[in-house]
Amino acid sequence: MSEMTINLKIWRQKNEDDPGRFEEYKLPGVNEHMSFLEMLDVLNEKLIKEDKDPVEFDYDCREGICGSCNLVINGRAHGPKHKTAVCQLHMRTYNDGDTIVIEPPRAAAFPVIRDLVVDRTAFDRIIEAGGYVSVKTGAAPEANLIPVPREISEESFDYATCIGCGACVAACPNSSAALFTGAKIAHLNLLPQGTPEREKRTLAMVEQMEKEGFGDCSNYAECEAVCPVGISISSIAQMRKDYMKAVF
Amino acid sequence: MPSIIEAFQSQVGRKILTGVTGVLLVFFIIFHLAGNLAIFGEPDAMNSYSHFLHELGPLLWIARIGLLAIFVIHAWIGISIWLKKRKARPVNYNVYSSKGGPSKQGLSSRSMTFTGVVLLIFVIFHVNTFALGDMGTAELADGTQVHDIKTLVLDTFQNPLYAFGYTFVMILLGAHLGHGIWSAFTSLTVKSKKASAVIYTIGIIAAVVLAVGFLFIPLYIYFGGGCEAALIHCN
Repeated sequence: MSEMTINLKIWRQKNEDDPGRFEEYKLPGVNEHMSFLEMLDVLNEKLIKEDKDPVEFDYDCREGICGSCNLVINGRAHGPKHKTAVCQLHMRTYNDGDTIVIEPPRAAAFPVIRDLVVDRTAFDRIIEAGGYVSVKTGAAPEANLIPVPREISEESFDYATCIGCGACVAACPNSSAALFTGAKIAHLNLLPQGTPEREKRTLAMVEQMEKEGFGDCSNYAECEAVCPVGISISSIAQMRKDYMKAVF
Repeated sequence: MPSIIEAFQSQVGRKILTGVTGVLLVFFIIFHLAGNLAIFGEPDAMNSYSHFLHELGPLLWIARIGLLAIFVIHAWIGISIWLKKRKARPVNYNVYSSKGGPSKQGLSSRSMTFTGVVLLIFVIFHVNTFALGDMGTAELADGTQVHDIKTLVLDTFQNPLYAFGYTFVMILLGAHLGHGIWSAFTSLTVKSKKASAVIYTIGIIAAVVLAVGFLFIPLYIYFGGGCEAALIHCN
């Protein structure tokens, strides 16, 4: 088992108002089987033992499904690998002596809380604006009561896999949230259950996205490249289509 | 429910407007290039084409005003997206790079604002040079006296500043269209991966063909020496 020494350059920022700065750390004893977050755990243990402030970073499930982790590593959201969240990125991707620059996702709509942790509640507010279906609660209905063609359910499910990590915003040169909003709109709008509120949902979510201060989409498609679940920009096309249908 | 005007001011509406105006501008430059090729036709082909356009009268003015509106909307949205982008990310990344794969980030897409602004300035300059330029008169075969645009073009491109300046801007036009054509159709809700890939390839080919088509004329006139050039027929 080979051990590496990794040079880290990490963004440190006390709070939203602090201008922030980079701090450099030399971390020996990095095991190639460690996940990227485990490597940061080792760094934090070291910092705590040295009586220094550990580096704050977001995580929860550490199995690529929750969307909590969202670091920009050497200029790429979630690091160098496609369809891989930071927690699923392993240190074997790197070599002994490598320098890794870690920054938080940078967007006015995602203010820094501390170090690498940003406030992504703007996404929650987009969901609150219309990312739901209104149903009567009660006993679960018979699953096959509403027929859904296979292609539609597959496509809708592809969009539903969005974990809301915000990598799309982090990587977009314009800090646009079009992929997130598009995926959430397309997921529900395609299904019969989402149809009654389709127009209202599309208009409200697009309006909220704009209110939050995200930039415009310029079709760079960088969002699709960094998305840990590979959401296609076709979701953005679906959002545009439904928006136009709602207006006319 | 937003009004249609409000809808076209939203992020989604603006993008669709950019796409529609972009596609219309592509159609315009295709016609423009076709018109330019008249310089290689009969000796008075270019002047009689220009005369035909002038004879359209009010129709020409409608086309001019429409074209100006399309151009201004397209440029205005493009510049406002760029201005907003700086507001949406006040602190930039120290290190930033594309992840590749499906990403369409590249020289062409990242320079859309730059190439667009150069084209905007160029168009003002270009209209001033040719549409409002000092022209003599020429006589068509049927004796009609018309503006001699052909001689103005041939004279203008004897100047290396014009010949190479135009060539440079047309390369930028190619770069703008390289991302622009695909992006316009994507904004106009082309969804399928297959169609998108086909449009991307066609867009690149069209960008190269249009740019080369436009820049060939000034370079050919400059190096061919105008009326002495093999493909250009003068009286």
